[in-house]
Amino acid sequence: MNREDFPMLDNEIYYFDNGATTLKPRSVIDAIKDYYEHYGANAHRGDYDFSLKVDKMYEVVREKVKNFINADDSAEIIFTSGATASLNMIIDGFFKYHLKSGDEVLITKAEHASLTLPWFVLAEKIGIVIKYIDLDDKLEVTLDNVKKAMTNKTKVIALAHIPNVVGDIRPIKEISSYAHEQGVYVVVDGAQSVPHTKTDVRELNIDFLAFSGHKMLGPTGIGVLYGKYDLLNELKPLFVGGGMNSSFTSLNEYELKSLPWRLEAGTPNIAGVIGLGAAIDYINSIGIDKITLHDQKLKKYAIDKLRKLNNIELYNPDTKGGIVAFNVKGVFSQDTAVYLNKYKICVRAGNHCAKLLKDNLGINNTCRLSFYLYNAKEEIDYLVNVLNNDKILEESL
Amino acid sequence: MENNLRRAIILENYSNPFNKGLVSDDSYKRVNMNNESCIDNIDLMIKIDSNIIADIRFDGEACAISTSATSIIIKTLLNKSVDEALHIIGEYEAMINEEKYNADDLGEAIVYNEIYKQPNRKKCALLPVNGIKKILVEHKGIK
Repeated sequence: MNREDFPMLDNEIYYFDNGATTLKPRSVIDAIKDYYEHYGANAHRGDYDFSLKVDKMYEVVREKVKNFINADDSAEIIFTSGATASLNMIIDGFFKYHLKSGDEVLITKAEHASLTLPWFVLAEKIGIVIKYIDLDDKLEVTLDNVKKAMTNKTKVIALAHIPNVVGDIRPIKEISSYAHEQGVYVVVDGAQSVPHTKTDVRELNIDFLAFSGHKMLGPTGIGVLYGKYDLLNELKPLFVGGGMNSSFTSLNEYELKSLPWRLEAGTPNIAGVIGLGAAIDYINSIGIDKITLHDQKLKKYAIDKLRKLNNIELYNPDTKGGIVAFNVKGVFSQDTAVYLNKYKICVRAGNHCAKLLKDNLGINNTCRLSFYLYNAKEEIDYLVNVLNNDKILEESL
Repeated sequence: MENNLRRAIILENYSNPFNKGLVSDDSYKRVNMNNESCIDNIDLMIKIDSNIIADIRFDGEACAISTSATSIIIKTLLNKSVDEALHIIGEYEAMINEEKYNADDLGEAIVYNEIYKQPNRKKCALLPVNGIKKILVEHKGIK
């Protein structure tokens, strides 16, 4: 739907790499251009007219994000450079000070490096223990398996709402309800879910959430860290500098501002924030639930068609998110991607930064299709037609 | 070279790569090549006897270009002196990078003479020689 709003689609591409990044609608591009052309001042600083407009626009977006994820308070919304920065801040700025040696953190082997590696580093620093929730035979996370993995040392459950290869929609609400009964924190990587499914942080009752703007039609370099106010208030800034302090003296004394500004040192990515605001407006104008349905319909359509080809191996046919992991039998995933590129079809090949998933998947690398609102059934027909070829390896050369 | 022949040679070396499989032998020097720009991952091991390349073996998971290039390069470099091998690698790199090169030195490796038309494949074709070069240069330094 709405394909005419996306200038990139004028390039005659078949874009199925939305898990990596999404295309931008004209309205997002225009909002960024408008900032640079008509009110390109810094935020929180000036007294002239258009600098005030910057402040206003910047904080309006914070409000939009708050409403988009149904947070309690706009002070719970921190602008970061992306989900990676948000997760590093949560883990290194909060959990480093709230966990101790021997405490256990539960993750899964389907998680992205941006969630996994900050915990590895924290384990090196303070001796926490990382444990893995078992994935079931469909590679999904179940509440039962979460319960099985919990011990009296478990302090945190950290996982994606929708992981970037398997694409299952995890039962976050049930997991956090159970976790909170045991006094366990819940950290959610929303990079693949916030753009695709309604994320209500209060209903899901999650403690921290991280997501990126560029995977939801916004610009690169902007993301969000959400935390419940009382927790976020204890998160130590990883960066200090301008905009986040209220005073400092030559006696090395300093005072920091309140939330949210305390966690946004330096000139923020103002154009990015404004672009993110336009992206949220765009998504709201369509309706996130409609996008969820569209993704799911495309996934089902693609699976039904790909199943009819006898050269395709499917790895996650039953999960609900709009992600299809597959290989062409006997062809290395990268060779398949290079072959598809000859037909202007954009897919991603590799381990997709989920390098532990091979333990469950039995293979290292897959091709991944990830859909978004502008993808169409006709594009899938074209893809399936191109894949219906027993000379893919030869023709990739 | 005619396209079908080129493809056939690449495919043959991908399907039945030469010297694939590592051996446990301490007289070999080893290197892991993990292509930072893609997902190819190969291990190489080289045995040098009195300055002659006595054996090269490899293993790993890589695309058709990386795998076949490793197979072909190994065949090309076997029984050459370290300096000859470095010279051949230099010519090979020049070919991949679309610079002036001498085709006579390259043997079967000439099948990659048009890989520059697919810029995303250049790194795949260069992966094995980057690894082999590392070991050879190290060997010269130690000697």
